[in-house]
Parts: sequence; structure tokens; C-alpha cells
Amino acid sequence: MSIFKKIMTAIRGGASEAGEAIVDANATRIFEQEIRDAENHLTKAKRDLTGVMAEQMSANREVTRLQREITEHEGYVAQALEKGDETLALAVAEKISTLENDLSAQEQAVNSFTGNADRLKELVKKSERQVTEHKRQLSMVKTTESVQKATSAITDNFSSSNSKLLSAKDSLERIKAKQQKFDDKMKAAEILESENSDSSLTAQLKAAGIGSQENSANSVLDRIKAKQK
Amino acid sequence: MNIHTIADHLNSLADNSDTGMDFDCQPISGEVDVLQITLLGREELPIFLSVTDDQILCISYLWGTDEVKAECVNTMHESMLEMNIPMPLSSFSKIGDKYVVFGALSINSTFEDIEHELAVLSNNAIEVIDDMGDYLL
Repeated sequence: MSIFKKIMTAIRGGASEAGEAIVDANATRIFEQEIRDAENHLTKAKRDLTGVMAEQMSANREVTRLQREITEHEGYVAQALEKGDETLALAVAEKISTLENDLSAQEQAVNSFTGNADRLKELVKKSERQVTEHKRQLSMVKTTESVQKATSAITDNFSSSNSKLLSAKDSLERIKAKQQKFDDKMKAAEILESENSDSSLTAQLKAAGIGSQENSANSVLDRIKAKQK
Repeated sequence: MNIHTIADHLNSLADNSDTGMDFDCQPISGEVDVLQITLLGREELPIFLSVTDDQILCISYLWGTDEVKAECVNTMHESMLEMNIPMPLSSFSKIGDKYVVFGALSINSTFEDIEHELAVLSNNAIEVIDDMGDYLL
């Protein structure tokens, strides 16, 4: 059964209420041990891979060296033949044949190392996927259990402190009311603020002789005089 | 990272939080330590935070199954599923007979990440209750 189904079955079966573990503690420990073992294998496989890849590189270098040497000696054969020294040419040709044997041995080694390295890489990838998957499953089991335990701690806390859980709608109403009250306060403060700044501005304007001035006796007199004209 | 370091940090923020929220933390001891976090002005919807081996879980309880209008259960479930992705950082779940909204963070999260998560979770919880109000008693 997949871990998902196990968890669902356990939750539906009321394991949460009974405080019963989804996978018993012993099984969890075995699982954890398995993950550790797999990780150890993985470390070893990675070390092996490094070794094989090092050998592969060195064999590759050897192949290049041999190929270079063969080309070089082929040149010598040609030169010996040009000089008509058949015996020397044959001696060099023998050397080339030895080199060619070495080359084919090294090439085989490279092939075998490459094969090994590819296989190990595949194995490492597979093991890594497996370890990740195991860890994910274990984390699901542990999280479910810890949430159940946390929930029971929360529930206990609520019942012991006698705090009554409001319905969601009531809670929302209250929060909104508090928010509204806060907003109202802010708005009132803003209005007050702006009124204050308005009046102070008017005062400043008046002091500067700008804007409507208070009716003085002189201005009244001026107005009446103006009408009589 | 444990609930006490988180509580110390959130309590020390006072008015200097990046989110403009005022946090008050109260540890609840039990088999698993839980931190009850209340946000100023939203005391009715506390957030419960617990720290496990690899993650930090923040949960806010929404409503009980008994608060859902019987004829609306399926429609509500569908609406919740549809809303799950658009809702930033949080997801829906059900613990026992309670619907919850929760967010999970990596154990390596910074205090700023946690603070941000809590603020977003709280906003989501309020908005969800508002939006799902038609389905609730």
C-alpha cells in the first residue's frame, strides 16, 4: 500500500482521535535505518565511480600516447624505406605491431571503464532517487503524526483555558468591527489633522493680508460711501 | 530554528515588523511544542506554528464541519479547490472536523520569511472566511 493510502486510512480510521501512530514507532525506526543504509551505499557507489572515472581518464591518455607513437614510428618506417634500409624498416614495423597490440588492449580497457562508469552513474542516480523518495515518505508520516500531536496540544489548550471557539462568521464579524473602529479612528484623526492645518493656514493668510479680511469699521464705511456715489 | 527562537523574534518586533502586523506569541507545551500566535486586532483567528524535522508548519483554523450548510458542502469544496492555487503561499486542509488554511516553510527559512508567511496566512484566512461566508451558517 502506498504511504499516501496508509495515511488516509489511518486518518479516516480515527487514528488521530486515539492518538494511535500511523506507522508504529519501530517501523519508522527501521525505515530510518534503511534510509541511512541506502545513503551509505550511495556514498560508496560515488567513491567507486570516482575511481573508475580516474582510471578511464588515465587509459584515455594512454590511448592518445600510443596513437601518437604509432604515427611517429610509421614515419620512421617510411624514412628507412626511402633510404633503402629494409632491415631497419622491418625492425621499426615490429615495434609498431607491439604498439598496436598495446593500443587495442588500452582501447578495450577504456571501453570497459566507460561501461562501468555509465553503469555506476545510473546506479547512483537511481539510488539518489530512491533515497529522496524514502525521505519524502518518511517526512509525510512524521508530519502527519506531528500535526496530530500538535492538534491535540492545541485542543487541550483550548479546553483547559475554557476559551470558547467562535464560529468563523462571528470571528470575521468581530475582526471586521475592530478594523472598522480602527479605520474610523484613523479617519477622525485625519479630519482633525486637516481641520487644524486649514485653520492655521487661514490664520497665516490673514496675517499676510491675503484672502477675505475681517469687516472693520473702515471697510464698512468705505462700502457705504461707494454705494452713495 | 525552534518555536522559542521564533517567539522571541516575533515578540521583539513590536511596532517594527516589516508587515505592519503586531504579533503576540504564546508557547503551548505538549508532545509537540506549538506556538500560538495572535495578531493585534485579529485575536479571534490565531495561527498555530509547529516545527518538525524538515519544515515549519503554520496553521489557522477556519471553521468546523458543523458550520457548513449541508446543501453547500460540495460547492464549497470545489470553490476551495479552485482557490487553492491562486491563494498566495497558503493551502487548504482539514484536520479532524475542522477546515484549516496552512502554509509550510523550509526549516531553513529566515525570520523575515516566517513573518511574511504569518501575515499572508492571516490575510488569507480572513479573506477566505469572507468569500466562503455564503456556504457557512
